[in-house]
Amino acid sequence: MQFSENWLRTFVNPDLSSDALGHAMTMAGLEVEEKQPAGVAFSHVVIAEILEAEKHPDADRLQVCKVNVGNQVLQIVCGAPNARAGMKAPCALVGAELPGISIKQAKVRGMESFGMMCSAKELGLAAEANGLLELPNDAQVGQDIREYFNLNDTLFTLKLTPNRADCLSVFGIARDVAAMTGATLIASAADRVDIGSQRAHQVQVEAEDACPAYYGRIIEGVNAQAATPDWMKQRLERSGVRSISAIVDVTNYVLLELGQPMHAFDLNKLSGKICVRFAKEGESLKLLNDIEVKLKADDLVIADAQSVVALAGIMGGEPTSVTNDTTDIFLESAFFTPDVMAGKARRLGLSTDSSYRFERGVDFGNTENALERASALIMQICGGKAGPVTQVVGSLPNRSIVTLRYQRLCDVLGMHVPQADVSKLLVQLGFQTQEKDGVYSVQAPSYRFDIAREEDLIEEVARLQGYEHLPALSPQANLNMLPASEKKRSTSRLRDILVSHGYQEAITYSFVDAGWERDLMGNENPIALKNPIASNMGVMRSGLWGGLLSALTYNLNRKQDRVRLFELGTSYGEVPEGYAEKAKTAAVLYGDVLPEQWAEKARQVDFFDAKATVDALCGNMVEYRAESHPALHPGQSAAVYLRGKHIGWLGKLHPKWQQQYDLAKNTFLFELDTEALMLAKVAQYREVPKFPAVRRDVAVIVDENIPVQAIVQAVQKAKIPLLQELQLFDVYQGKGIEENKKSLAFLVLMQDTDRTLQDADTDAVMEKLLKLLQTQFDAQLRS
Amino acid sequence: MNLEHLISQAQTDFAACADMPALENAKAKYLGKTGVLTEALKGLGKLSAEERPAAGAAINVVKQGVEAALTARREAILNAEQEKQLAQESIDVTLPARAQSKGGLHPVTLTLQRIETLFHSIGFEVATGPEIESDFYNFTALNIPENHPARAMHDTFYVDEQHVLRTHTSPVQVHYMQENKPPLKIIAPGRVYRVDSDATHSPMFHQVEGLWVDEHVSFAHLKGVVQDFLQKFFEREDLTVRFRPSFFPFTEPSAEMDMSWNGGWLEIGGCGMVHPEVFKHVNIDSEKYRGFAFGLGVERLAMLRYGVNDLRHFFNNDLRFLQQFVK
Repeated sequence: MQFSENWLRTFVNPDLSSDALGHAMTMAGLEVEEKQPAGVAFSHVVIAEILEAEKHPDADRLQVCKVNVGNQVLQIVCGAPNARAGMKAPCALVGAELPGISIKQAKVRGMESFGMMCSAKELGLAAEANGLLELPNDAQVGQDIREYFNLNDTLFTLKLTPNRADCLSVFGIARDVAAMTGATLIASAADRVDIGSQRAHQVQVEAEDACPAYYGRIIEGVNAQAATPDWMKQRLERSGVRSISAIVDVTNYVLLELGQPMHAFDLNKLSGKICVRFAKEGESLKLLNDIEVKLKADDLVIADAQSVVALAGIMGGEPTSVTNDTTDIFLESAFFTPDVMAGKARRLGLSTDSSYRFERGVDFGNTENALERASALIMQICGGKAGPVTQVVGSLPNRSIVTLRYQRLCDVLGMHVPQADVSKLLVQLGFQTQEKDGVYSVQAPSYRFDIAREEDLIEEVARLQGYEHLPALSPQANLNMLPASEKKRSTSRLRDILVSHGYQEAITYSFVDAGWERDLMGNENPIALKNPIASNMGVMRSGLWGGLLSALTYNLNRKQDRVRLFELGTSYGEVPEGYAEKAKTAAVLYGDVLPEQWAEKARQVDFFDAKATVDALCGNMVEYRAESHPALHPGQSAAVYLRGKHIGWLGKLHPKWQQQYDLAKNTFLFELDTEALMLAKVAQYREVPKFPAVRRDVAVIVDENIPVQAIVQAVQKAKIPLLQELQLFDVYQGKGIEENKKSLAFLVLMQDTDRTLQDADTDAVMEKLLKLLQTQFDAQLRS
Repeated sequence: MNLEHLISQAQTDFAACADMPALENAKAKYLGKTGVLTEALKGLGKLSAEERPAAGAAINVVKQGVEAALTARREAILNAEQEKQLAQESIDVTLPARAQSKGGLHPVTLTLQRIETLFHSIGFEVATGPEIESDFYNFTALNIPENHPARAMHDTFYVDEQHVLRTHTSPVQVHYMQENKPPLKIIAPGRVYRVDSDATHSPMFHQVEGLWVDEHVSFAHLKGVVQDFLQKFFEREDLTVRFRPSFFPFTEPSAEMDMSWNGGWLEIGGCGMVHPEVFKHVNIDSEKYRGFAFGLGVERLAMLRYGVNDLRHFFNNDLRFLQQFVK
């Protein structure tokens, strides 16, 4: 809501500077979003009359003028083509400060000049100008031009919250300023206009609930081509409304002044009585903005006997609109309920000043007054004779009595407010109030749609009393400790593990390119947004790799050659019950294992570097199975299982995607279920062995397709007595080993808790071990 | 037989030895099987019993002298060898360390962790909720009915007719109050979404919702908790909070929170007392219990804390930006 301060001050004029007024409004809940002077800053410019204009003796394009500035006649050299004797125009006196110029006494081509005649551009009143700003003959010589143009004004823009519909007018704001400052509100009740015509137009309201009040009247014999007065044009412009024609301007003016949307129909284009009803399926209307809308059965309309003539409370129709040729009008002022108006304009894509107000709530106690105000203004500007008011008034909204307990007010606020202040503020707000034993019975006025319960009144009192006075108190509560489970690792712990492995945390968007989902996740039907902000942010990710690869590319394009990024984020999917979200921990590795350095040979990351991080995150409790994934190299990808449950993927980016993403080097990825990584066990003490473990090494030759993990698991499962651990320490293929075979070297740790092992014991273990390897894996002892 | 001169002769011989093998050779000349002193000792047998003790003692004195000279020279040679080896092993200690690169956390995470730590210290637990949220939880249960103009305050991403990407973390309040009985004290950090993208708006950003429901909670307590938090978060005791009246359908009274900053005021979030309609949706008696709720913009706090001047840095994931926050 934008408006002129000077206009506001015609209704309420508190003894506050412009800044102080702005602060008071902001602190009372009418947030001043912007405040700017009506005109650019300049001084010492007055209205002058050119008495004589003669050609400069030494310059073809200059004139030497004698100029009356009120209290003296000055000689001024002027270069404007339109300067001539008898003309009135602004004159900047010596000492004047204009945008970018200081006016001094000067000699122009040898002639003394005591000031400067001004164009509109020089005064910042227009972007372009051709010659002096010519003023009408009745302009008073010597008057300060700022006063003449009412430039000493400030434009306020308020960012109003949706509950404050009562402040969507200059008068409404004035009313609240009066309440917050205690200043007197200058009443606005319009006088009834003289009835000069007996012509009335019949109105029928079918949709009584949607339109509880409808007032209308004919004004005949108007001059639709009359000019809108400058004062009105200026107030409209300073409220951001363009002047169109006198009658339309008046309806807009009353909307701004009183908050009541109005509409004027060309009476002669209406056929038959006005009817307020819901649209019939199939009806349509060409609107004032030339858009044709198809109407639905829940659209409230104004119709005549033939067709729909306006979308009630939103916009009028083009066929019945006022034009330059209009002579008789039918003027409408109505109250349409917020419930019916809610959402209509938005659905039609037609949010107007009118619909904006109706859906928030228009003062239903002011409908007729606004009609009188608009009638008076139209007759003042366009002439014409007013007919009697036709009114259809049904049951208006009921303002119920709301109870406010003084004690509860103080309790909720946590602040003592003197009871006398509460009574005073409620009255200042225009609320009907009765008090008994600290309990107020309050009835809100017709312009307040936001007072339905005690809390609403508490807020009203608090905002006028001043939120600034609210103390900042430390709450008191019972001291109970919060749980701190050792059976769960925190996400901070997971992040710390990744950071300690050299990864940098990234945060990527939850919505991604549908192409990433298809390519990387094999997801042809991702969850799509109905209204994405960009096509490459159109679907919800089912995995984190797309975002990480995009971040990788972003960094490679900025000359990074070694990237380790991780993200802890959510993936989105669908399950029969609805949408499912899963916390994921994912990472990308690219480039060398270590930063380039003198002490280590450079080596690019490989599968087992990535796997090391996964092991660190999983605490070595996981199992890896060679399975394939659309994003990954089929020979270098593993599904990760924790206690038999699939918890994620690890592998090398498939070469085709590597090429598509323009990645020069091998890229490795992993993604794991965060919840699974958070599982932890409370440690359980076991006897510390008193005797050292015995180590034996064994090398076996097996088929090259046998996964090492299978061997280790089989040995663990066999639970060979005394065997503590089997650890692979070498893999060999090549000379001395048959083709399609590999040699695996294990170290075997054996231990007993209460005695030192003898050779016979260890030999027995090794024998069992070898037998197992032979029977289950066809392993041969390597000699 | 005078052997006195042998000590000085041995000292001279030993001194001439540069290393241990040479010294061992030189030693043999005196103390070896056929060394001078060994021979002298053998020669004692030829002497008479009267002469023998004195002569023996004299030889022993010389022998000890020679041995002392030998020991001294041995140590000298060992020391010299060690010195030489240490000199050979000396390195340039100013060479860079053999190192893995340092990883680091995202500044939004650092900020969230600080927020969680501070609120945890006065007993707030962390609660979470879904990001694809039903219309009911994102709006209706928060007293924002369909078609209410307040919905226009949220530029909402729609997933389907009934589901949106949550526009705020406030729905977590509702989930939590449905599942838990008061007194309640939670913060709910997380991603939120609005259809808005420019230098100061991101379509995805982070909020932290705070909720305290108890019998005697007041608006002044809300101000106290928020002010305490901001003072601790920014480590500035002089920082104050100003409330300005505002409107949120799920709180009444409602306020915008401004923080004093470099002589002016900065908007840092919205807050208010939980609206009785919200309590009604979760079956909490609003006569018995009161609550306050607040929402803070995490990126905003991070920008102020770390002096970041462009919101877009947070989601570009440029390593040159991220690495500035490595600790």
